[in-house]
Amino acid sequence: MTETTTEPTITRTIDARGSFCPGPLMELIRAIREGQVGDVIAVRSSDRGSKVDIPKWVEKAGHRLIGAFEREGYDELVVEKRR
Amino acid sequence: MEERLALVLFSGTDDKLQAAAVLTAGAAALGRPVHIFLQYWALDAFRADRIAGDHGLAPEAGAEGRAAVDALAKAGQASWAETLRQAKELGDVRIEACSLSMDLLDLEPSDLDPLVDGVEGVTAFWVNAGEGQVVFI
Repeated sequence: MTETTTEPTITRTIDARGSFCPGPLMELIRAIREGQVGDVIAVRSSDRGSKVDIPKWVEKAGHRLIGAFEREGYDELVVEKRR
Repeated sequence: MEERLALVLFSGTDDKLQAAAVLTAGAAALGRPVHIFLQYWALDAFRADRIAGDHGLAPEAGAEGRAAVDALAKAGQASWAETLRQAKELGDVRIEACSLSMDLLDLEPSDLDPLVDGVEGVTAFWVNAGEGQVVFI
């Protein structure tokens, strides 16, 4: 179970691969609004802007970026809903 | 309170409307209220019977630009109208038609897509813009 420290339990995964800027962020925002505080949402994006945009939005919106992972051909950003 | 943004849309080509829609969505995502004022050819593109149609591209696009835009659309890029619809769901985005342009194009509010919230004159636009930034596209 040591993996849980780097790969937290994900409440919901959004596969936004193939969606163009700002689609993945918009899908993430929708999921955060629908979720509960403490939920961990992973968003998969092939849009090159997401790995820069999503962390900026997360900070501004008062949530927490748990991690940004480079996968094969896409990025996966994991966010905890904080409010 | 986030800083207000006012966008004046004048051009009615799909590339400029797409750029405006993306700017709107980003601002809405950050909680900035966005007020969009539709003038001239941009207003024409919001006619209910034309919004889903082809509105062409700015002249600088050329044939190469046309092919690039078509390729992105084919790859599943949301249309500018869809992006604006999502931005409205996400945040505080109001879209108003310029009353002078309504007269110019001989339009009634019922001729416009439901994305358009209403019709206002230029004074109301400036009052709503307040001290925020104004961008003309």
